[in-house]
Amino acid sequence: MAGSAITPARPPGAPGGPIAWLRANLFSSWSNALLTLLALWLIYQAVTAAVGWAFLHATWEGPDGDACTREGAGACWPFVADWFGQFMYGRYPEAQRGRVNLVYVLALAGLLPLMIPQVPGKLWSSIYLIAVFPVLATILLSGGVLGLEHVPTDFWGGLLVTLVISSSGIAAAFPLGILLALGRRSRMPIVRWLSVGFIEFVRGVPLITVLFMASVMLPLFIPERWSIDKLLRALIMVALFSAAYLAEVIRGGLQAIPRGQFEAADALGLTYAQKMGLIILPQALKLVIPGIVNSFISLFKDTSLVLIIGIFDLLGMVQSGLSAPKWLSPATPMTGYVFAGLVFWIFCFGISRYSHFLERRLAAGGQRTVAKADEH
Amino acid sequence: MTHLARAVVWCAAALIAMPGVASAQQRTLDSVKQRGQLVCGVNVGLAGFSAQDDKGVWTGLDADYCRAIAAAVLGDGNKVRYVATTTKERFTALQSRELDVLARNTTWTLQRDSAQGLSFIGVNYYDGQGFIVKKSANVKSAKELAGATVCVQSGTTTELNLADFFRSNKLEYKTLVFEKSDEALKAYQADRCDSYTTDVSGLYSVRLQMAKPADHVVLPDIISKEPLGPAVRQDDGQWFTIVKWVHFALLNAEEAGVTKANVDQMLNSQVPDVRRLLGKEGDFGKGLGLDNDWAYRIIKHVGNYGEIFDRHVGPDSRLNIPRGRNALYTQGGLHYAPPIR
Repeated sequence: MAGSAITPARPPGAPGGPIAWLRANLFSSWSNALLTLLALWLIYQAVTAAVGWAFLHATWEGPDGDACTREGAGACWPFVADWFGQFMYGRYPEAQRGRVNLVYVLALAGLLPLMIPQVPGKLWSSIYLIAVFPVLATILLSGGVLGLEHVPTDFWGGLLVTLVISSSGIAAAFPLGILLALGRRSRMPIVRWLSVGFIEFVRGVPLITVLFMASVMLPLFIPERWSIDKLLRALIMVALFSAAYLAEVIRGGLQAIPRGQFEAADALGLTYAQKMGLIILPQALKLVIPGIVNSFISLFKDTSLVLIIGIFDLLGMVQSGLSAPKWLSPATPMTGYVFAGLVFWIFCFGISRYSHFLERRLAAGGQRTVAKADEH
Repeated sequence: MTHLARAVVWCAAALIAMPGVASAQQRTLDSVKQRGQLVCGVNVGLAGFSAQDDKGVWTGLDADYCRAIAAAVLGDGNKVRYVATTTKERFTALQSRELDVLARNTTWTLQRDSAQGLSFIGVNYYDGQGFIVKKSANVKSAKELAGATVCVQSGTTTELNLADFFRSNKLEYKTLVFEKSDEALKAYQADRCDSYTTDVSGLYSVRLQMAKPADHVVLPDIISKEPLGPAVRQDDGQWFTIVKWVHFALLNAEEAGVTKANVDQMLNSQVPDVRRLLGKEGDFGKGLGLDNDWAYRIIKHVGNYGEIFDRHVGPDSRLNIPRGRNALYTQGGLHYAPPIR
């Protein structure tokens, strides 16, 4: 019998340090070690190729495509520098480009207060963005009043057109999508049939077809003097198109709300608008944020389809730069497409990060309620 | 018949009648003058023909034809609104009166001239299918391509022309067919074939995209007819005549040696052809519905045909396409304009 209790030994400490981490995570077995080495080799190959192309073998200066014409030439950056104004604004007159920048500033002034939770004045920013900003932006961009020179939409191009189409598409498609989703679940047959018919029609047709219809067929049917601006036609079509997709996403959210919520709202004697606006939609929309953001991102990228009806968005402008004889060279096309891809990526990644932030913030509220419920 | 039914019938009748209303419109010349602007359909982007430069200015052979027409009709070559049209929408845009003229490297064919409601005003560029080969192959003519492998894009007339050419010359050949022109070009660059074929104007811009442009040559043989020209609507004879004579004025100016630089001195010339061209003799401009300075303004603004060619596709451009068939008939080419008299 032991005279005294054995002092418990300290548990063997987990080996620390980077070497231990490597052993645990990357080289835990022979096969894993092999895969790690293979992956490292692939990454090395890709990174050296990319760095070599973008920096080491790149051309930084030159008057035209001849500067980028040689064997093994990397990126042709002076092409991007030369065309940068075109990529951003299209043929918008250089002297008037300040107006476009002002529109960007005005948009940010409305968006930032809405997007950053700590900043007050959400109501006023929303009113400004919905009612004031579109008017201001139209006046500033298009001109023709208040002594501003009129700039027809043919002159708009590049990133400006991409942003105009996608932002107005999002702004119009979101409320329309909600209405269509509610309409599809409505008990009124005509409203329901119309919503179902519209959604199913639009989802059954590719966007390219719809844009083609708008640009090629429509002018044949309507007289010359009624002709609608080409960009406006594209805007309307893009908005209607994404509204149909968004409606289905939102309908998914509506279906996930338990019946009890509807019944409770009815029992409280709320009207239809109150029930939807105060109880159902806030929950449903929160549920489908990833789906909504998905739709927005794909809308943003789909804007480059307007290229086929002769509107020069960012990608269209890049392609237009590629076809100008001045910068024809073996390195130019790749450079142009990489640049366009990078700009698209920055925007889409930004939207995606913000939606993650939003989800975490809204989900935090949800988690707290669950935790409290468990305590009982 | 109920009121509702009657209303529906009226609406339907109105809708059907609308195109009829639209076709009883004013003449193109009047609407251009009224608008103060020529609406010109151009290619979305084709090196040498119509492409925007880094300042957003449309440049190229076709773009300068738009300028020439605007200079003749409106007195200012800058009063042009360029509408970038794709291959598929170009004819509809012209038919639906969105455009006044279509200057978009369009091949003149019987079918387009008859069934599409278009009238081509002439040929402003004689294009045709040719071959590009590596200099090292030491080939001087397409007829020496016996046994060669040719890269070509599938499903185009290019592929058919190629087959016709080799068959009629009783030559053996192999083709590598690709879905996209880029892929065909890549295969040529990777030495999978000895030659790449497409329209000659395209071959010269393709050559600039090679790592060593000087190592490739475009063969002189042209195996197909691709006459490119501006087109207008068939229903307006007056406008057709104006655009046609803008083209002829450009050619006649080159033949008479009138250039952008010397056109003002040429006003004092005693040569009858020059005097008639520049409106010093006769009332030829009035006959067109313009004034007699019409051709002077064209030359003043864009120069003659040779100058336009040299500037955009010829020696002054990076494309550096030789005049070849596009020279005047006096220099062995095909361009020949009826006289102004």
